[in-house]
Amino acid sequence: MVACQRRGLDQNYRRAGRAATPLSELNLENIRNLSIVAHVDHGKSTLSDRVLELTGAVDARDMREQYLDSMDIERERGITIKAQNVRVRWKGHTIHLIDTPGHVDFGYEVSRSLAACEGVVLLIDAAQGIEAQTLTNAYQALEHDLEIVAVLNKIDLPAADPDRYAAEIEKVLGLPADEILRISAKTGAGVADLLDAICERIPPPRGDAAAPLQGLIFDSYYDQYRGVVSAVRVMHGRLVSGERLRFMQAGRTHDVEEIGIRTPASVPVAELGPGEVGYLIAGIKDVGEARSGETVTSAARPAAAALEGYKDPKPMVFCGLYPVEGDDFSNLREALEKLRLNDASVTYEPETSGALGFGFRCGFLGLLHMEIVRERLEREFDLSLIATAPSVEYRAHLTDGSVVEVHNPSEMPEPQKLESIEEPYLQATILTPTEYTGTLMELCQARRGEMVRMEYLSPERLELVYRIPLAEVVMDFFDALKSRTKGYASLDYEPAGWDQADLVKIDVLLNGVPVDAFSAIAHRSAAQEYGRRMTERLRSLIPRQLFDVPIQAAIGGRIIARETVKAKRKDVLAKCYGGDITRKRKLLEKQKEGKKRMKNIGRVEVPQEAFIQALRLEE
Amino acid sequence: MLDQPDGATLVDMSPVDPMAPTEPFGVYVHVPFCTSRCDYCAFATWTDRFHLVNDYLDACVIDAARSLDGAPLATSVFFGGGTPSLLEPDQLAKVLAAVRHADGAEVTVECNPETVDATKLAGYRAAGVTRLSFGVQSMVPAVLASLGRHHDPAAVASAVDAAGRAGFDGEQLGYNVDLIFGAAGESPADWEETLLAVLALDPPPHHVSGYGLTVEPGTPLAHEPDRHPDPDDQADKYLLADQMLSAAGLSWYEISNWARPGAECRHNQLYWDQGEYIGIGCSAHSHRVDAESGSARRWWNVRTPDRYIRLAKSGQRPSAAGEDINPQARLVESLQLALRTRAGVPESSLPGWDEDPVLPELVTPAGSGRLVLTTNGRLLANEVAIRLVPAPCDSVENEVENLRLSS
Repeated sequence: MVACQRRGLDQNYRRAGRAATPLSELNLENIRNLSIVAHVDHGKSTLSDRVLELTGAVDARDMREQYLDSMDIERERGITIKAQNVRVRWKGHTIHLIDTPGHVDFGYEVSRSLAACEGVVLLIDAAQGIEAQTLTNAYQALEHDLEIVAVLNKIDLPAADPDRYAAEIEKVLGLPADEILRISAKTGAGVADLLDAICERIPPPRGDAAAPLQGLIFDSYYDQYRGVVSAVRVMHGRLVSGERLRFMQAGRTHDVEEIGIRTPASVPVAELGPGEVGYLIAGIKDVGEARSGETVTSAARPAAAALEGYKDPKPMVFCGLYPVEGDDFSNLREALEKLRLNDASVTYEPETSGALGFGFRCGFLGLLHMEIVRERLEREFDLSLIATAPSVEYRAHLTDGSVVEVHNPSEMPEPQKLESIEEPYLQATILTPTEYTGTLMELCQARRGEMVRMEYLSPERLELVYRIPLAEVVMDFFDALKSRTKGYASLDYEPAGWDQADLVKIDVLLNGVPVDAFSAIAHRSAAQEYGRRMTERLRSLIPRQLFDVPIQAAIGGRIIARETVKAKRKDVLAKCYGGDITRKRKLLEKQKEGKKRMKNIGRVEVPQEAFIQALRLEE
Repeated sequence: MLDQPDGATLVDMSPVDPMAPTEPFGVYVHVPFCTSRCDYCAFATWTDRFHLVNDYLDACVIDAARSLDGAPLATSVFFGGGTPSLLEPDQLAKVLAAVRHADGAEVTVECNPETVDATKLAGYRAAGVTRLSFGVQSMVPAVLASLGRHHDPAAVASAVDAAGRAGFDGEQLGYNVDLIFGAAGESPADWEETLLAVLALDPPPHHVSGYGLTVEPGTPLAHEPDRHPDPDDQADKYLLADQMLSAAGLSWYEISNWARPGAECRHNQLYWDQGEYIGIGCSAHSHRVDAESGSARRWWNVRTPDRYIRLAKSGQRPSAAGEDINPQARLVESLQLALRTRAGVPESSLPGWDEDPVLPELVTPAGSGRLVLTTNGRLLANEVAIRLVPAPCDSVENEVENLRLSS
């Protein structure tokens, strides 16, 4: 992706022929900063494309689909991970379109993007209605006191039912149905009206140009050649090229190398004033020093305080990543170091597994984030990885009063030392057609959820809010939700504190020897099921040995599930005559070599492939 | 030759027998023609080249004259295939005449039961054939069909009857039955029925080979996983075969071979003793030892009959490729081969075997410091073979050292 972004940047520089409006002359009253909030597939990228075209920012002939999604993975998955920002002109106004990540894992980044705006365009599929995450983001926009311009998209679809969904929006968000715009980003119908409505309804930014500089960084990425490139919104004061800046949360100072705006071509400018959005390059090598939510101020004349709302994003989901080839360990370390330059929310620590060798315990914002990071490591750094089952962080309270953070089942203290264990909870919001209410309540209860509320959005649609352990969501909850509702239900969640739970560590033993890679922490009520599944799976994956191999799942010393790999009875070549002798020797050599490559768990020889398969199926 | 007074001298299992008339030396003749191809077969055989038969036999004669020039007299000759029994006695006699062999040599011909009658077998007998090997595979019609074979149990009975009438009814002049176990749809009872029927043949076989059906890559069977044999089922069938054949007086002497004393196949024993042999015909393998260096060479002929004919008739060597086997590799190979036989391996090649958690179930002392496979050990021979450690052998090390010095 680094290479891809760099390509994009170069292209943008080359295109930067157009003269930018001198910034000092930019009138605050004519600026509009907004973010498009939409569910995956509801047409945000298409709308962005149409706006770029309509405002003349990109020539139709240069247009490519989903112009602003630059990562390969983003295009493939149809989601936006890293926000892109662009300045367009419309009827005397300067509009900053601030893109937001389209997935629940990146909720904090969404909140920072919203902090850079005065309004949002709430984009809803006229054939599907509002989805859970959009609703959460809309509530968040209301909390930020942002103006909401609601838009029903895809009115050209035969299945579109704008009246119904307009009524729904009115009901859940209190936005008058007759003010909701109806467009088709695909055909362009209504997009000009939308731009007009943006100019009319969204208020201009407020800011004091004479005050000390306060700039909000709401996105950063790492460019191989330019270092960290940040998206910045100036709240007060002026951001001037060449100035020395203080990054208030990171506590570092950097000299501005370049500031500029994106049209979407990158256009360097001398300064950015209040209300303006642009990019900032300051010779920073690590995105961790310019995180979303960071405040930049002038080193010479610093602001008294940083902007509110900065949070250090905390990893929520953890897993072990191990190279399939043991030799790749140092390559994996290097890859993680490089990746972290671009994604400060990934954490990693070296970890050793008896079964998998040397690897890293990594922390992620969520499951999608985990998947994306793993995919990028494999794709961009040409690594082949084994990921252990995802887990969450637990807090173990010990009898001596101390608290231990547990990121890995192997770190779980002995049961006799444990006073109690706490696990993280989520507040999960599910929007669903009412016909699936029963099955979803059943699912949530099975996953130890407690209902917070249930509300009808319309006679056909329902909002379910549950408080539910994160660990249960991490375990294929989303897949279960989608399969039970034929894909019609949507899910959003936010952290909701910690709670005590009756959790146990399950060990999996091969011939009496515990295998760390298969250990798990689970609620006591689910332990049996985990044990049964894992032992069954391993029975089919572990090759037969010369003796019976018991596979057991155990809590402490108590066996909760057991399978047996029966001893191998036949391993012999039937024929060995003149033409077979060379072949036989080679076959035996190969068998001997294969034996050397096996991992020994006690006396049991396990091929690497069995570990990979056992953990892969877990997903 | 027919009145060999004491067969025992010829069938002694020890590789070097001072009483033997000559050093054992074998010749294998490959006959690559079949009327149909079995879907598990990976041998070099063709069903569409009968027009080549006479040219092919001519080529064999030319090749034999050239390859065997200066070689010892053969103590065993083996016509394998393919289906050698498609040859008429005079065709076979022509090739056999070109293979110089010792008096009393064992001459085997592989036969498909449906291709022979008393006349043909009497002709073979007159040409010098001493041993027939029938590709019976099963005595249950459904299993034969599953294996793609075209004979029925009655054809086996009449072929055996013909063999008896031609004089192939004893240890020295007898016949073998090849069986395959583990075909799709073969029940344990089917296998038992096969063994019972074979043992009830008249005259009875003095030698039985029982092979677990093996899925060879590239065969049609390889692409049909549903028809692949189950190893546990095969293990059960192997144990049943061993039990029934032993009870009938045929004892195992190689993993897949059982014989009455004196009826062991000398030609095959040669392979397992790492002896010397020359292969005639397409895809046939040869093995010669260089007594001076202690290393050996194994090579094999081109795969198709067409190319074999062309090369042999133009006076060129028909070999396709080969490998040199250094003394150390020969030592490893000799252990791997010996392990499969009732001769077993020296105890020193499985150091610490008696303290190993599994080996005591797989091998057992057989006197003279040797270990042989137990019945279960035969089923897991590969597992034992990869644990073999060639004992440090001064003479071999010296030979290797000498080789280094001389090169």
